[in-house]
Amino acid sequence: MDNKNSKTLLKASGLTKKFGSFVANDSINIEIKKGEIHALLGENGAGKSTLVKMFYGLLDPDEGNIKFNNKIVNLLNPKFARTMGIGMVFQHFSLFPALSVSENILISLDEKLTKKQLEKSIINTSKKWGLKVSPSKKVAELSVGEQQRVEIVRCLLQKPKLLIMDEPTSVLSPQEIVNLFKVLKNLSKSGCSILYISHKLHEIKEIASKVTILKSAKVVDTMETKNVSTNILAEKMVGKKIIRLKGKKNLKKLSSNLALSVNNLYRFKRNQFGVTLNNINFTIDYGQVLGIAGIAGNGQVELMEALSGETLGKKEEIIFENKSIGNSKIEFRRQLGIEFVPEERNNHATVPDLKLHENTFLTFFGYHIFNKSFFNKMFTNPTLSIQASKQIEKKNDVRCPYDNPLAKQLSGGNLQKFIIGRAFQANPKLVIISQPTWGVDIGAANIIRQKILNLASMGKAIILISQDLDEIFELSDSIGVISNGNLSKIKNKKNMTPTQVGLLMGVS
Amino acid sequence: MESLLITILVTSVPILLAGTGELIAEKSGVLNLGVEGMMLTGAVAALGSVLIFGNPLAGIFFGALAGILISLIFSFFTIFLMTNQVATGLGLTIFATGLTGLIGEPFVGKTISSLPKIDIIFLSDIPFLGSIFFKHDILFYISILLIIAVHFFLIKSRYGIIIRAVGDNHDSAHSIGYPVKKIRLLCVGFGGMCAGMGGAYIPLVLTPHWSEGMTAGKGWIALALVVFASWLPFRLLLGALIFGGITILQFVGQARGWPFPSQFLNMLPYLVTIIALSIISIKTRSGNTLVPSSLGKPFLENN
Repeated sequence: MDNKNSKTLLKASGLTKKFGSFVANDSINIEIKKGEIHALLGENGAGKSTLVKMFYGLLDPDEGNIKFNNKIVNLLNPKFARTMGIGMVFQHFSLFPALSVSENILISLDEKLTKKQLEKSIINTSKKWGLKVSPSKKVAELSVGEQQRVEIVRCLLQKPKLLIMDEPTSVLSPQEIVNLFKVLKNLSKSGCSILYISHKLHEIKEIASKVTILKSAKVVDTMETKNVSTNILAEKMVGKKIIRLKGKKNLKKLSSNLALSVNNLYRFKRNQFGVTLNNINFTIDYGQVLGIAGIAGNGQVELMEALSGETLGKKEEIIFENKSIGNSKIEFRRQLGIEFVPEERNNHATVPDLKLHENTFLTFFGYHIFNKSFFNKMFTNPTLSIQASKQIEKKNDVRCPYDNPLAKQLSGGNLQKFIIGRAFQANPKLVIISQPTWGVDIGAANIIRQKILNLASMGKAIILISQDLDEIFELSDSIGVISNGNLSKIKNKKNMTPTQVGLLMGVS
Repeated sequence: MESLLITILVTSVPILLAGTGELIAEKSGVLNLGVEGMMLTGAVAALGSVLIFGNPLAGIFFGALAGILISLIFSFFTIFLMTNQVATGLGLTIFATGLTGLIGEPFVGKTISSLPKIDIIFLSDIPFLGSIFFKHDILFYISILLIIAVHFFLIKSRYGIIIRAVGDNHDSAHSIGYPVKKIRLLCVGFGGMCAGMGGAYIPLVLTPHWSEGMTAGKGWIALALVVFASWLPFRLLLGALIFGGITILQFVGQARGWPFPSQFLNMLPYLVTIIALSIISIKTRSGNTLVPSSLGKPFLENN
């Protein structure tokens, strides 16, 4: 084993990739041994994806070379990379929803098989590695976990020597992660190397033997995971000390304790990819953070739409401070003091092609249309809205590339800080936030989480819909789990463990 | 009765051909609204080449060739310059209407010889059916064989699956290594070829002389037909016959003096198109997913 492990499979020297004047990878050196699980750690935008795309033949390096099995290779395209023995599982998958599982696999295989041969080898491979897939189903009908299994099976059918996995656990339940790790460990035992991309530190400690850390396009360090703590990994990745969150103090209480109650909320799915919300019941008090955990695509989007008023239902389904608002529109709910931060930053929470102050105007318009003190009724007042958005920027550490940019010109983290700041600026009583730190770097995520805790300390109520279990446990007072359109009983955080939550998420 | 059925079949051929081509283009994710223009181009090229070479078969060849060439303009803009597909398609039709008017000017008043009928041995001797289905011109047979071939190509063949994959999710197709732009270029080219042949059919069989804008909206009907068929080849065949039937109905109505105003009968095909589109859109909302997901979206390479 030892002897085999010491051989180098892939070695990249001085890899540089530029997009125009932007350097995405700056003379990267990395070495992957045979049968090794090698982690690639870095924040969003550190250059991880660019690097692996060069390994998979999707991008051409500008400088440097890649040695595979001690020979310099020119990875022209993914097909060529596959014949060399390099497979890749993409973060957002590279599947075709309208095609069946076997059709999806067929078109990425380079050897030509008949339909029967193909289905047989799919079933064999899936049995061998414990990855359950059903060849004749359409991908659109599969859960994300199943989709990932299809991607992995697709790679394994080509008998890869190196398997690249881009953030594979971001969409999985804890139990599915356990299964995935088993598969990966077995693969590595059988001699297949794995390049595992992630920004989740404990995962890297658990699965990988070596880790290479990227920061701003450069390699910071490569080390054995045995000898390093997650704290040190985090600091190397971010480049500075991580400030721990200050817990929340329950000081003020507003007049009434109960903020919002949802009673037998029902929404039929809008299309075949949607989820039907079934009999959702919960209440939330002021000064509390209610965390709603769940794997993406289990009804979070639909729940958010029902709570915000994008879809309307019966009046009594949602009661806010004794007012039945289940059939009231967004504008009305806003005026009552409820704010919403939807999951999608672009297109949903902001208009990408409008400036920040215009985006501020659009949200605040409903508030001030009646009291006229802030904006006049029909016309924009740039001076006032610029002032308002400047205030939001200042209070929330929103870093703009230049003065008053378009929403799309902000980085993900900064835009999210702006959107959350905008919601808080309206001085809401209740904020409903969906996936606030999805795809946001650690620094910005920490600021956002601290803001949420602070707001709860001020006696506001917060509903936090998130698929990040760590976040749910860090911020919430009580936790519910949404699975296939059903919401579990809400329990106090103290009476729940991540494993329990994971079981409630449901494993497919 | 017999002659009525024959007329319906023959009238359906141009929209069937154009629809077949557009179906493939749309399956690959490209919405080409220039079908009417490509048909006109095919028509004028066919007519001109028959006048020059004197052989109706040359008409088929040059009609198809002209369709391919003019579709290249569309591909160049939408696939490589990534312009808006709807605007470019409309522009193509307007451009082609003008261009064919100019080219067709000297052909006005001249009549060409039609495509010869080919009787299929044995089959054409079957009473009733034989004379309806098996005594037609070559392009008629080609159109029927083509739609059957397209059906099996899309469902059974590896390349058919690849085309559907590109139309379903072009980013995925790119990331597993398929040349999205090249595949779309070929599909749009096939669409141009079919539209060109469909256009050519009009002077070669239906009305053997040139008049400006002689496709008379058949390209638009072909576009609606693809949606009506929900991108399924055999439904396209059925739809083409229905639309052909309705078109003929107006002539029959006029000839027999039905108590409807002729304007009403004239608008029937378009009315049916609108009704069909409404029904389809309701069906789509309730969960029909046959629409290619990438349809009409430009593909941007990089990152």
